[in-house]
Amino acid sequence: MIDIDLSMVNWARAQFALTAMYHWIFVPLTLGLSFLCAFFESIYVRTGNKEWQAITKFWMTLFGINFAIGVATGIILEFEFGTNWSNYSWIVGDIFGAPLAIEGIFAFFLEATFFAVMFFGWNRVSKGFHLFSTWMVAIGSNLSAVWILVANGWMQNPVGMAFNAETARFEMNSFSQVVFNPVAVSKFVHTSSSGFLMASLFVLSISCWYLIKGKHLQMAKKSIVVASVFGLLSSGYVAFTGDEAAFEVAQKQPMKLAAIEGLYKGETKAGIVAAGILNPSKQTGDNQDPFLVKVKIPYALSILANRSLDSFVPGIDDLVYGNEKQGIEGAVSKIAKGKKAINDLALFKQARKENNTRKAALSLAKFKENREYLGYGYLDKPEEAVPPVAIPYYAFHTMVGLGTLFPVLFAVFLFYALKDSLAQKKWLLPIGLISGLLGLIAQESGWVVAEVGRQPWAINGLLPVKVATTNLSVTNVQITFFMFLGIFTLLLAAEIKIMLKQISIGPEGGR
Amino acid sequence: MKHGVLNIKKINLIPLFDNIFTFYRDGFKGMVLGKKLWKIILIKLFVMFVILKLFFFPNYLNTKFHTDQEKGNYVLEQITRNVSLTELE
Repeated sequence: MIDIDLSMVNWARAQFALTAMYHWIFVPLTLGLSFLCAFFESIYVRTGNKEWQAITKFWMTLFGINFAIGVATGIILEFEFGTNWSNYSWIVGDIFGAPLAIEGIFAFFLEATFFAVMFFGWNRVSKGFHLFSTWMVAIGSNLSAVWILVANGWMQNPVGMAFNAETARFEMNSFSQVVFNPVAVSKFVHTSSSGFLMASLFVLSISCWYLIKGKHLQMAKKSIVVASVFGLLSSGYVAFTGDEAAFEVAQKQPMKLAAIEGLYKGETKAGIVAAGILNPSKQTGDNQDPFLVKVKIPYALSILANRSLDSFVPGIDDLVYGNEKQGIEGAVSKIAKGKKAINDLALFKQARKENNTRKAALSLAKFKENREYLGYGYLDKPEEAVPPVAIPYYAFHTMVGLGTLFPVLFAVFLFYALKDSLAQKKWLLPIGLISGLLGLIAQESGWVVAEVGRQPWAINGLLPVKVATTNLSVTNVQITFFMFLGIFTLLLAAEIKIMLKQISIGPEGGR
Repeated sequence: MKHGVLNIKKINLIPLFDNIFTFYRDGFKGMVLGKKLWKIILIKLFVMFVILKLFFFPNYLNTKFHTDQEKGNYVLEQITRNVSLTELE
């Protein structure tokens, strides 16, 4: 129906994914390391032990490096909105304006003010005020993440708005519904707590390196104790918030849940696939087994999705073709309604041009009957409503698998750290050393689950990605894609180089 | 204080601003690693806002249209393109 160059859409998509994934290397570390710095400094202020001050300064320096390299990398996403995604940018402008403006104000005033005290204020402001500033940086960083996740949550579950055909925009009619959107809330708590986990793994990783090298042993052991406690608590919280996030996905985005579980035919008393290999030739609607091999935990998916042991969890086929018995409307029926909505919108546009107010009012009224299906009208076939199953499926299972491993890792490290025998556990230290990398893989996998799992939608059910783009030539986007690849790789290389240098200097460096 | 007139005591803000200025000045002067990081931040911001934003990432709608009405009409056109109209029943 819409003649947009799909290769341009895919390049724009790839560029956005590239930018977001690079940005997401820095963000979780900032969210979690800021709190770890606050913990280290709180212990210093409470005990007065200068060793804790040196530990605080060391991790604060690494926090500063990460912050400096990562700051403003997210702004590029906003550039891309304006250039590559101009339809989307216009359509959601009224919704995203407020959260993004608040994010900017928070980031600038709260973080910037106290950031200066945190780094310049040692010996120049009181211990108490310095500690207060460190806590404010931690709280401010995390609060600024609220607003960006409110915007993201709205894309997954658009609430508190109505589409205004006059302006071709979704207009906010309830700020509180947008802010307290259950998907946004669960997204924020899950994302920020996973950042705490990531930072704990980062501290564990570097501390293990010191233990392997036999350097700065006291600092490494003390850091491991704090990071393991924080990591262990965060792991529990991540699991709890992850469960809540999955419940919200089941209610608001059942197709995403079906995709991440590789569930094609809906089941009552559905089990979760603990591990499995997808059948690559499986297609929506055919009778092939979706898995080559799998291990299932019985009932678990029904509990996760509906909090009920014997409830029905819809599969991809149910959501595409409908399931009358379970009262599920499929994409087939929604596409028909969506096409009516687009037709009525086009009639409204035509009537407005002709100054025919009666026809405009009538077509607008007709449009409103089906406007919640608007996005489906742009799909060429019902199978287009299915995300690329393998990507979110494997990403989800990687994330959950690693998320299950981390608390065990923290518990083991804490146990041996408290027994003061960590340095002797030569087999354990290399595992700790690579744990930071594993944390990063889990982080990026989580992002892939959230964003690839919601395809084909830019705004769930209302605007597919292919209609959200600007009608640009593919060359424009290709050029900037490779530019970003270069710039971000350079930034990442700079971060790694500066960090490695600082780590090799140890707690004596900094400033 | 006279009746009905609020007598605002003159507060000398100059030492406060002076302290803040000195705080930042000495902080920046004392930086070692921080100087390198600031250079990276400034180069990055220059590349982003001056090169990328100006030359590669113009806001498409802002460059083509001047008013919100025009932008809204354009987007409405985009999302209803190629529809074979079925008249209202």
